[in-house]
This record gives sequence, C-alpha cells and structure tokens, in this order.
Amino acid sequence: MDDRAFTEPGPARPTAPGLPMAVLAELTHRCPLQCPYCSNPVELEAASRELSRDEWQRVIGELAALGVLQIHFSGGEPLVRRDLVDLVAHADGAGLYTNLITSAVMFTPAKVAELAEAGLAHVQVSLQGASAALAERIGGFRGGHARKIEAAGWVREAGMALTLNAVMHRQNLDELPRIIEMAVEMGAQRLEVAHVQYYGWALKNRAALMPTLAQLDEATRTVEEAQARLAGVLAIDYVIPDYYAVRPKTCMGGWGRQFFNISPSGKVLPCHAAETITGLRFDSVREAPLAEIWQRSEALNLYRGTAWMQEPCRSCIHAEEDFGGCRCQAFALAGDAAATDPACAKSPLHAGLFSLAGAEAEAGSDRFLYRNFSGGAPEG
Amino acid sequence: MSRLHLSAESVPALARHARLRFDRNRERWVLLVPERVMTPDEICVEILQACDGRATVGGLTAMLEQKYRAEPGVIAREVLALLQDLADRGYLIDREAA
Repeated sequence: MDDRAFTEPGPARPTAPGLPMAVLAELTHRCPLQCPYCSNPVELEAASRELSRDEWQRVIGELAALGVLQIHFSGGEPLVRRDLVDLVAHADGAGLYTNLITSAVMFTPAKVAELAEAGLAHVQVSLQGASAALAERIGGFRGGHARKIEAAGWVREAGMALTLNAVMHRQNLDELPRIIEMAVEMGAQRLEVAHVQYYGWALKNRAALMPTLAQLDEATRTVEEAQARLAGVLAIDYVIPDYYAVRPKTCMGGWGRQFFNISPSGKVLPCHAAETITGLRFDSVREAPLAEIWQRSEALNLYRGTAWMQEPCRSCIHAEEDFGGCRCQAFALAGDAAATDPACAKSPLHAGLFSLAGAEAEAGSDRFLYRNFSGGAPEG
Repeated sequence: MSRLHLSAESVPALARHARLRFDRNRERWVLLVPERVMTPDEICVEILQACDGRATVGGLTAMLEQKYRAEPGVIAREVLALLQDLADRGYLIDREAA
C-alpha cells in the first residue's frame, strides 16, 4: 500500500458533482457516411435499441431541471431520426440552447426551415476535405460534398449560426488553407480545425491518419495566420493532435464535471469514448432519473475530482487544471484508466508515444478501415 | 462576409443565436452562444438588455452615463469596446447596417 494514503488521505468520497452545463445527445448511430475516425464506439448501437421520442422528451425535461444549458443533438446522423424537429422544439421550449451536429448531406430546404422554426440556434456541419474527390473518399459517400455546401447556404439563409467542423489528419492536412477559405465563402461564423483524437474507429485507423510533425507545424502556422487575418469574420478553434503535445488536454473539462453524453439507447457516459474503457457499468436513463444518475453513477464518480489519481498526477501542480488528461487514452495506451494520460510529458510512456506517432506518420498505409455496423470495411 | 464595425450610430441587437437568459439553477444571467456559456456581470447584462434593436450605441451610453459616475468618455469607450468584442464573435448584429 502507498504510504501517502496515511499522510494525505484526500477526500474519502469523490467531490460532490456540480451542475452540468451541456450534454451531447447521440440520437442514433445510423449514418450515411463511414468516416474512418468516427467518434462513435466500434460496437454501434442498433436502431431497435434507440430511445423513443417520448423517452427523449422526458429526458430533455430532466436535463433542463438538472441545470443543463446546452444540448448538442448528434449521432451518427441525427437527421436520420424522423422526430428530430419535435425534439429540437421540445428542447427549445424547455429553455435549452440547441445545436445540431450533422454531416448535412440529408438536409432539404424544407427540413432546414422546420428546424429554424422549432428554435434551432446553431448548426455544426462536418467537412471531410476541401476537394470533393478527397472529402468523398474519406466519408465514403459519393455526392456528399456538393450537398454540404448547398445545405450550409440554406442554414445561413434561415438565420441560424453555422460552424464548420473540419477533422484533420495526414491525408487532408494539405487542403487546410482551402478549407479556411471555404468556411469564409460559406458564411460560417466559426471553424473548428480539429486534429483527429485517437479512440475507437480512429485508433483502428491511426496509421492511416497520423500527421507528420512537419504537417502539424505547418497547420499550426496556417491557423494562426488565418486567425489574425480573419478577426471579426471567422473564429477558428484549433485542437492539436495530442500524441505530439507536451501537456495533455483537459478532456471534457474533467470527468463527470460539466458535460456528459447520452448514447442512443440511453446510457449516461462521461464522454462519447468512455465505453472503450472495459469493465465500467454505465447507468441508463431507462432505469433511473437523470438527476440520480448524475449524482450517484459509479462510473461517473470513479474519476471525478482528483482523489483517484496516482503519481505523477497526484502531486502535479496541474492536477486541477487538466485532471490528468484523458481517461480513455490512459486506458487505451497505458492499460489503466487511472494512469497519467500518455499525452502528458510526465508520463513514462510519453517519449514512446511521440516516436510511435512519427513512425506511423512516415510509414503507415493510407488505406482506411471504414466505419460500419459490422466491425468495419477495409477500403477497396 | 466582412467585419462589422460598430460606432455611436450603430443599433445593436443580439443575433438570433445569442440568447440572454436567467439561469434559475445557478441564479445568474448567462449568454448562450455556439459551444459556449458566457457569464456577463451585472453591468454587461444591463448593456445587453439595452441592445434591443432600437437604441443606438450613443443612446445606451448616455443612459449609462446618467446612472454611473465616470471620467468623461470612459463609459463610451468601454461600452463600444464590449460591444465590438461581441460583434467580432458574431453575437451582435447592427440593425442600422441591416
């Protein structure tokens, strides 16, 4: 046993949770696209397991009562759900700020108008690349690129805020300057330039996606130049690939602290990747009231606060800032969800991770494993 | 798209996607915007409530000058800086320019 347990016992119970700010509502895992870095779990939930409209409406009421301010309707592709407009209207009526995270390929002018009428505030459209050929190869969906561009116009005409989310990796980073110009032309207020984070599908495709360090440096320069040039026109948020970072990301603002995720079948997760940590049991909104789950869920309480930490996190001055980084990444790479995230320079695994990233970026095959319901389809 | 430059003649209003609400659970005002929750202080709330699409920046500055004491020009400068910052983030529109 660690002697420190006697001299610095820490709180006997996890710190009581505060009020959650935002929730990611994954309405479905169905999606016409097959992006190889999809943030959904590798074992996708079947349509037959999805929460019904009535169940979601009850949950939305509970979210507002619990203190949640923003709801992000996500998927899979949330436009697959025929009751999406009803759910948006219900959330807006409950006082929640509504955001739709979509590939936009299923939009029609009528659907955009109905969603605007229902109170939808913000639409976030994914971009797989700047050129149709590359974007459609990555998404595995022919014709999708032009549809996105057209749909983004409808969103702007309806008066909703538009964010473009560009997921970046070795095979599309060279198109980044053009993606930034597209965001301006499409009238977006925000652009998220988000390097792939490696969980689930992306971890399976890591060798095909990992950027080189030179690409990363070039991307950072491009983003910084554009941020200065486009001040007041386009806000650019930038997420770096943490295998090349020194400090880990403050994943989800801390486990079970401000955000959570509801899976298509109603499981309450601290983040969309948490099911990659095997052995955790997540409560479902089908079994218990949401407020009770937020307070008492064993899985949510497990890594709340800092009392669960080991060294070097436990005595680290950044413990309350980054909460030791990402638990899913610690589990995937160190085999222990309570370990320091190997993205942190203080992790004994950090140097190995850095060189692994460089090696995969140089020598990895470009061939994707596409996301689907049967464990993935290798690129033909 | 080009940058919105505010002046004393501008008529600011919150954009459709920037929603000022009283958060009953936390008992404070919040400005809800894409991907963020902003927590304006008391004076900022007063300014945002005055951005009703009718008052000019000059008009709402005069209203604040009646209510709060400050060196000449300070309130005008601070109000314009606050509103320009919000406009740069895309949270304000100018009814005059529209």
